[in-house]
Amino acid sequence: MGMTGVLRPGHAQIRVLDMDESVEFYTNVMGLQETGRDQSGRVYFKCRQEHDHSSLVLRKADHAGMDFFAFKVLSKAALEEYDQKLKAAGVATERIPAGEMLETGERVRFKIPTGHTIELYAEKKTYGSICGYNDPEVDVIDGPGIRPVRMDHALIYGGDIDGNLKLFTEVLGFSLVERVKLEDGKTDLGTWITCSTKAHDLAMVRHAEDAKLHHVSFMMESWEQVLRAADIMSRNRVSIDIGPTRHGITQGTTIYFFDPSGNRLETFAGGYQWYPDTPPITWSWEEVGRGIFYHDRKLNDAFLSVVT
Amino acid sequence: MSRTHYNVTLEETGESYRCAGFRSVLEGMEALGKKGIPVGCRNGGCGVCKVRVIEGDYTRRVMSRQHVSATEEASGYALSCRISPTSDLRIAVLGKMKKNVCGTVAPANDVGGMSGSGLSGHTVQTLPPLSST
Repeated sequence: MGMTGVLRPGHAQIRVLDMDESVEFYTNVMGLQETGRDQSGRVYFKCRQEHDHSSLVLRKADHAGMDFFAFKVLSKAALEEYDQKLKAAGVATERIPAGEMLETGERVRFKIPTGHTIELYAEKKTYGSICGYNDPEVDVIDGPGIRPVRMDHALIYGGDIDGNLKLFTEVLGFSLVERVKLEDGKTDLGTWITCSTKAHDLAMVRHAEDAKLHHVSFMMESWEQVLRAADIMSRNRVSIDIGPTRHGITQGTTIYFFDPSGNRLETFAGGYQWYPDTPPITWSWEEVGRGIFYHDRKLNDAFLSVVT
Repeated sequence: MSRTHYNVTLEETGESYRCAGFRSVLEGMEALGKKGIPVGCRNGGCGVCKVRVIEGDYTRRVMSRQHVSATEEASGYALSCRISPTSDLRIAVLGKMKKNVCGTVAPANDVGGMSGSGLSGHTVQTLPPLSST
């Protein structure tokens, strides 16, 4: 499969209550690399093995949550094309000039029906993987913290997830991978969608309040690395929501936990590969607990209610 | 020598527990397996563990303004995950798990007099209409 159009999640900008405490957490507990600070005080991070300048940006604010989530597109031509397609679909777009974020090109910003701000961009400077590009090593021995492979996806909460699904599949070329139905067997409680061959690049759950963040997820290499992450979390007294456990949906292994401002993060591993000929999976209301948490086989109230 | 443990009493139930001064009021409750205050992010962001301190002294750390205004904070309102006791405390629990679309999931830490999610059915009818665009 040739991947074109929207390539992958690119960056998330997260609001934090205390910048020093947050930088310490993302550096030494999460094991991300700080790659820069801008004049407005935002701090930029990437995972050690990621190539581009940033995948996580922290902004100090008086309340937690996510400012925006961005996807990288293949080219500047693709960026222009999506801007036109969005406008044609009645979605108002805004152009954020190159350089507004460090080492990042022009961005097309828009709001989706659940009230979240999404961005597309084509260019971000290559900072370089810690493994190198000539005769590389693997990243296993040195360095602090959890050290995920990449910022992988987000789960967002809001009202009109049907409108989101339509926008992402019909305008931005995403595909539906899995869905969970409510009691009526018709209404979606949540949907998991992909723009690549991953089991999900974005997920959304129906919620009474718009524009909420459930979690930003970081990929680990293996279940063993997820368990190692749990040890690092307890060693550092990190607030753990649930896990280590497994999801039925996507079949990934997981830990949900919270950053120092209460934003939920995930470290996960595994899950299957998706191709355009993979049939969508549907979970019924009766089995939603096993879908979300495969081992506990029940929903917990925090999964559905605790968001920032 | 100053004390390192304090008693925290929940106004609703009268139940009390011993909380170390280095722990937050919420962590102290959880560490002993006690219930009464809903547990969310534990880091001042989500707001579900909101309380009002009726009596006693405490230190506090930064918490989300979306859930505790400056005026509230000055008059004893707080997220219990962000305050630590420096004396015995008497507190009223205000926070609760928000309504969600799966009404069958009852808030585990819901306390008397607080309405959580319904016991059956879901609350999808309270949400904005589905998009037809």
